[in-house]
Amino acid sequence: MDFGLDDDHRALQASLTRLLQRHAPLAQVQAVAAQDEPTDPVLIHALADQGLFALLVPTDCDGLGLGLLEAALAAEALGACAAPAPYLGPVLSGLALTLGGDAALKKRLLPAIATGSLLPGLAISEASSGARRNFGVTASGGRLTGTALAVVDFATANGFVVASRCGGLFWLESDASGLSCNRLTNIDRTRSLGELQCHDTPALALDHGDVGQTLRTVENAARVLVAADTLGAASTMLTRAVAYAQERRQFGREIGSFQAVKHLCAEMASELEAARALVWYAAHAQDTLPDQATLLACHAKAHLSEVGTFVARTATEVFGGIGITDALGLHLQFKRIGLNRQLFGAPERCRVDAARAQGLIGQRPPYPAQAQV
Amino acid sequence: MKLAYAPADLAFRDAVRDFLATHATSWPKRSESMRPGPDQIAWQKLLISKGYAARTVPEVYGGYGAAPDLIKSRIIAEAFAEAGAPGGLQNQGVSMLVPTLLELGTEAQKRRYIPPTLTGELVWCQGYSEPGAGSDLAALTCRGEDVGDHFRINGQKIWTSSAHVADMMFCLVRTEAEAPKHAGISYLIFSMQTPGIEVRPLKTMTGQAEFNEVFFTDVMVPKDQIVGERGQGWFVANATLKHERGMLGDPNAAAARLRAITAILQRETVDGESLINNPLYLDRLMRLQARVLAMEANGLRLLTAAQKGEPAGLSNLIVKLMGCELNHQLAGLAIDALGELGVLYHGGPHEVDHGIWQHRYMFDLGLIIGGGTAQIQKNIIAERGLNLPREPKLAKPDAVAR
Repeated sequence: MDFGLDDDHRALQASLTRLLQRHAPLAQVQAVAAQDEPTDPVLIHALADQGLFALLVPTDCDGLGLGLLEAALAAEALGACAAPAPYLGPVLSGLALTLGGDAALKKRLLPAIATGSLLPGLAISEASSGARRNFGVTASGGRLTGTALAVVDFATANGFVVASRCGGLFWLESDASGLSCNRLTNIDRTRSLGELQCHDTPALALDHGDVGQTLRTVENAARVLVAADTLGAASTMLTRAVAYAQERRQFGREIGSFQAVKHLCAEMASELEAARALVWYAAHAQDTLPDQATLLACHAKAHLSEVGTFVARTATEVFGGIGITDALGLHLQFKRIGLNRQLFGAPERCRVDAARAQGLIGQRPPYPAQAQV
Repeated sequence: MKLAYAPADLAFRDAVRDFLATHATSWPKRSESMRPGPDQIAWQKLLISKGYAARTVPEVYGGYGAAPDLIKSRIIAEAFAEAGAPGGLQNQGVSMLVPTLLELGTEAQKRRYIPPTLTGELVWCQGYSEPGAGSDLAALTCRGEDVGDHFRINGQKIWTSSAHVADMMFCLVRTEAEAPKHAGISYLIFSMQTPGIEVRPLKTMTGQAEFNEVFFTDVMVPKDQIVGERGQGWFVANATLKHERGMLGDPNAAAARLRAITAILQRETVDGESLINNPLYLDRLMRLQARVLAMEANGLRLLTAAQKGEPAGLSNLIVKLMGCELNHQLAGLAIDALGELGVLYHGGPHEVDHGIWQHRYMFDLGLIIGGGTAQIQKNIIAERGLNLPREPKLAKPDAVAR
């Protein structure tokens, strides 16, 4: 029994944090976020060199073969500085390919993901969040038709993993016929979303093994990683709020000596510290406790969404008026937390899924095969 | 990160489970009284002999004498919780006085008081809070006057749970009138039979008297009934308080409560529909389950830190605040799930679970306040955990006047 991070985990956190301090300091993130198409090729290159996209790729496909706890620690570090770089898309697409692709496809794609030359977007919103009216992709005879909403890491994507309405998973080349892609601008300028419109578009089914289990594993991993991203982003907001409360003076004393402010900080720290243990536990469970994997992923996602939202608004409030300015840059994490909350199932949906995972209520009904209008 | 138990730990768990199954007929009934009855004392003695209670207390003081092993302690707690078996005694004597004496008591005090305290035969109460010294405990004014080989005690204590059944009190008394606030206190232990002690029950909103007020009039306590040095009582008491705060906010208790509430939601029907199928109740249950899981994971983290001798920092400081609040919210959900049945109390018809959820909802509000209020806990978290500045000291009134 040993619950906590070991030296390898701490080394991974430290090296990634060092890299991010060098390549994604606040001023740099703000400059990227102000661009029309906010991407940072230098940062992406540096992260790829460090092996970020290789984390979950098996070693026989040139990856690092690490587990979800390591991937979650990386997500936390990225969220902490609101890194304007793809992560969820490539890492989770790689996981889907690893579990559902055939040997030839894996040999072709996974080494390219590991090096960062292939950065797929992930289009599983209709499975994980549920299909909104007019959205969802149907599959027939290896061809996809319909629209996938909220494709993650869209701007840099040169390929896609797509979930269909019936719970199938597909690999989609970015130059496939009948595919059109639209960028969706969102609050978070550090990560990109898009939609895929498919019209009889050829795709490869990732149907090696149990497809339902593969989709569930990818969905669980996605929920844990956004929870970890929120943990990192919220921790930064708390750290900055506490530093400000130690230094900012009003009425002749540091504002952090007023209990009204001090208690806000204590409440944030208490919520986050307990949430941190839950994220580690949930991440570790994905690889070691299969019976609890779904339950913990759902709870980690839902709980971090709530705690993150609380910290995002409270930390901003500690700063007073300066907290809402663009110059301070606190809103980068605020918006990151805001996007994370909605991705891969908002908290209400995740809690229903948590209840299902322990048999308190029935299983999720199958999606209607046809788009509802 | 390794969450599974090692084979030796699993074997130990099997032994605990076997013991509980074999002795299921000897489990004492839960008792309302704060004083253990004969069957509870017999059970406690059996548990000590097996190392399932007083596990790390040296044999010479009546314990089992095992080396500290947090994993085994956790396995014992889990196995007892899983079986629904009554665990070792957790009264203030066992949980607070014994660790304090082990750390700071004289050899004679340890030999005399620890063995009967462990078995439940000697019952203690804690004399700390006073009407004028709650959160500001060090402002206590209960006076111990030096009269030769005795202290003469005059004053009042409050929130003294179990004072009405206790044999002994451990008590904070101001013995050094001239010393600064924190340096004038001594930690005394004395019999509740000493002349001049009056105990008055303090009835709370639950309708029961879980606490008492204790009044001292010229109570004579021999000077050798002190733990630590004269004027060192504040530091002795702090050694005890850290044991108390770990007790308040135990995530195992929250997990057990969550299981009971889940069963209520599955069992209760409204208009023929099970409450578990009501999305609003289910959402509340799931919100609280996430919190219970987070506090359990935090508990594992604390356990590992303690095992490795590493500082636990914030994860330790938050336990009392978060745990007590969580328990209170759990009780609130149980009441709401029961609706009008949830307000039945005082033993009438249709009362569910002897009104335990209302009792917990009210009593737990006291726990949020007691043992360091939620607000004091937040000060501690902010000042010790986050290094935020302390409240500035007010200028003395006479300085202001000048």
